This record gives sequence, C-alpha cells and structure tokens, in this order.
Amino acid sequence: MSSKRKPAAGVDVKLLIKDAAKLLPEPSRRLFLRGAGSLGALALLSGCDIIDGDTAEKALGVVSRFNDRVQALLFNPNTLAPTYPESMITRPFPFNAYYHEDEAPDIDGETYQLEIGGLVGNKKPWTLPELYKLPEVSQITRHVCVEGWSAIGSWQGVKLSDFLKLIGADLTAKYVWFQCAEGYSTTIDMPSALHPQTQLTLKFDRQILPTAYGFPIKIRIPTKLGFKNPKYVTAMWVQNNDAGGYWEDKGYNWFSGL
Amino acid sequence: MSNDAMTMEAATNPPVLADSARGPVIHPRWVRVTHWINALAMLLMIGSGWQIYDAAPLFGFEFSPHIALGGWLAGALMWHFAAMWLLLINGLVYGALGILSGRFRRKLFPIRPREVLRDLSAALRGRLAHDDLAVYNAVQKLLYLGILLTGVVIVLSGLSIWKPVQFQALTAFFGGYNTARYVHFAAMTAIVTFLCVHVTLAVLVPTSLRAMIAGR
Repeated sequence: MSSKRKPAAGVDVKLLIKDAAKLLPEPSRRLFLRGAGSLGALALLSGCDIIDGDTAEKALGVVSRFNDRVQALLFNPNTLAPTYPESMITRPFPFNAYYHEDEAPDIDGETYQLEIGGLVGNKKPWTLPELYKLPEVSQITRHVCVEGWSAIGSWQGVKLSDFLKLIGADLTAKYVWFQCAEGYSTTIDMPSALHPQTQLTLKFDRQILPTAYGFPIKIRIPTKLGFKNPKYVTAMWVQNNDAGGYWEDKGYNWFSGL
Repeated sequence: MSNDAMTMEAATNPPVLADSARGPVIHPRWVRVTHWINALAMLLMIGSGWQIYDAAPLFGFEFSPHIALGGWLAGALMWHFAAMWLLLINGLVYGALGILSGRFRRKLFPIRPREVLRDLSAALRGRLAHDDLAVYNAVQKLLYLGILLTGVVIVLSGLSIWKPVQFQALTAFFGGYNTARYVHFAAMTAIVTFLCVHVTLAVLVPTSLRAMIAGR
C-alpha cells in the first residue's frame, strides 16, 4: 500500500509510488544487520565477532527454511480460509505490484495461450475461450499482503486441483511453478496447489479480470500471502525442483502460508 | 520470604544453594537466565517489528530505520520469525518454572487494591522503600503480572496475524485480522512503556540490577 514516505533526492519517484518497490534495498551485504548497531543487543554480539553480516544472513536463512517446514506441518489441507459477504468486498480493491499500475503487462487475449509444462500428461497450451468454458467456482476471501495490509476480494475461476487433474498432472510432484508475463514468478507446494480454495482465476467480482488484477490469469491462493498469488500468468509447470520466485529469491519466506 | 519458600526456591536450583552463605538469593539462576534471554528476544522482536510496521503503517508515523532492525521488510521478517522461537521457547520455560516452583504465586499474589493505591501513592512521592528486594510491593506485583499477561497477548495476537487461516479461531478472538494488528501494536506499546520504566528504576536502584545479574 502506498506510504507517505518521502523519496530520497535523485531517486526515480515513479519507482517509489507503490508499495514493494520502496522496500527494495540496494544489493549489499550486511543489510539484515542494518539498524542493529543502535539496537545495542546485536552490537554486543557482532562486537564479539560471534556473528557478522554474512553469518547472520545465513543463519536467518536456515531459520526461514525451518519455518517453511513448520508451516507445511501447520497447513491443514481441509482448513478453509474464512469467506465474507459481498458487502465486505474492498472497493476499490488495491492494485499491488513492484511497479506502477501503468506498467502492468497488457496482454492480448486473442492470441494468449497458457503454456503447460513439466510432469503433466497433456502439455497442450490453453486459449482463453477454452478456459472460460470450464466449470466456475467463486470465492470472497481476504488477500493478506506480506506488508501487513489486507483487502477482501471476489474471485471466480477454475478450481486449480480440477485443472491439474484435467491436464493429467502428476499430483505426487512437489511443486507447481508459475511464470508471469512481466518476468515475475513463484513456486508453490503441491498440497497448497490442491487446496479446495486454490483457484486458477479468470474473473474479479464476476467480470473478466481487468489488467490491474492480473488479466488474463491470476492464481488465487487464500491460504498464502499475496505475493504467492501470481498475476499475468503465462506458464504453469509441475515439477519436483523448487524454482524459487521473484520475492522468495530476495528473502521473503518461501512457504508464506496464512 | 518464608523459610518454606526459600527451601522451594533453592531446591529447584541446587547450584545456588551451595553458596547461600553470602546472603539470601533474590533471583534463582533460572529466573536470571530466562530474564536476559527474554530481554534479547524482546529487543529483536521490537526492532524488527518496527521495520515490519513501516511497510504498512497503522498510524500516521513511521519508525526511523536507524532504530529498526532488518534493513528492509524481508530482513525484518526473517529476524522477527527467528527471534519468535527464542521468545516463545524461553517464555514457555519461564512460565512453566514460574508456575511449578510456586514463584509466581508467592511473588505476585495476593494483589490487594488498597495496597496498590498505598504503594502507588508512596512511589509517586518518592517514598517507596526497597529494603528487601526479594519482596515486591503491590505496584510491582501489579506491573509484573500485567507484563506477563501482555507477553501472552503479544504472542497470541502475533500468531493470529501470522496464521489467520490455520488459527482463524484465534484471529476471530482478537476481532479479526485487522483488529489483531492493532492489538499486537498496543501490546508492543505496553511492553516498550514497561521497559522504559523498568530500566529507569533498575538504574535508580542498582542493587536490583545486581540481583538480576548475580542473583543477590
């Protein structure tokens, strides 16, 4: 969500307009320790050479991966995210990305095809008219951003577990990887992909997805943080290796379950 | 402290008993160890929490990055969700020992409103004596009990924000996801306020700081 923070001199204001972009650090080591000096407690530790920036980052990475496993254990495939009445939908529902809304990918629905790859029986790409013909499910759930804010939205589309079965995906594979038009990507665990509320979303509030919300395909996962809900999806791969993702590779927790 | 209580306290800490000749033990070793681990965990949680807050402020202000921990949101989240284990495990050990040893019951109860008013009035006039550090006055009892309960609230409200689907009953208990964020923030504010008073008083009564380090 936009913040009142004043951009520093010489910084491209456009890049700072929305949310995540302003949070991206310059590539540098010891970033995770920044601010720790004034905190006192860590100055003590680093002063004793018990930890330095690299060691701290590595240690924090190890704990983050441990937290992935804890969250996978906490994840109950039968627990449904709370749903809400239409009157509670957040209007307007916020646009959110690491770029400005004007820069969101403009995809031609006429020529668009969803590429399917990896451990699936039928790798035939899907056109939008084909996808629109599939049985539709609907949900009004809360989108929770990693930043802390949340918004309630209404999404319609195909149950992802049904779609995975339809294309003959190997449901024992460990991951599903999504590639997006603007270069974004994310990988999710198969149990989350098979969750009854995980949706290959084609509509927002019963209208074909507008560009802002991810036309032509968004993957809606109400059991995961917003950045694990990719928009502008162009390819879906079922695989056994973790391909990471745009934010995951920058340090956000991989599982990020709710 | 009664002799019975002394025996109980010492019984849970044989190493302290060994040199009890140098005066009564005010804080057994497990209290001191868990206190300082908690202090570190709290500083890490507060510092990283402030950085996380800045990503989507609840109020019209932000915390300076100079006093926040993590550098940016991902770093802060990594610190927060690492230090939470330290806070949680240490808190559970402290809580279990506090209950099982009888220390909570002995030190914090009973709390009588009349005594609280009397001691508060004395404290504000600067006339509250600290002759025996092992005995808490009524204001201390109330504040220590309050901060323990606040610790429970901050952990539970934190869990309800972290897992609003898996722990949705807990999230609902805190009034839903959005309200739980305010509860979490309010608990932080209470802890930081307590911390300021706590540290100030520890500096004003240095023997109390010595007792928390050396035990007596």
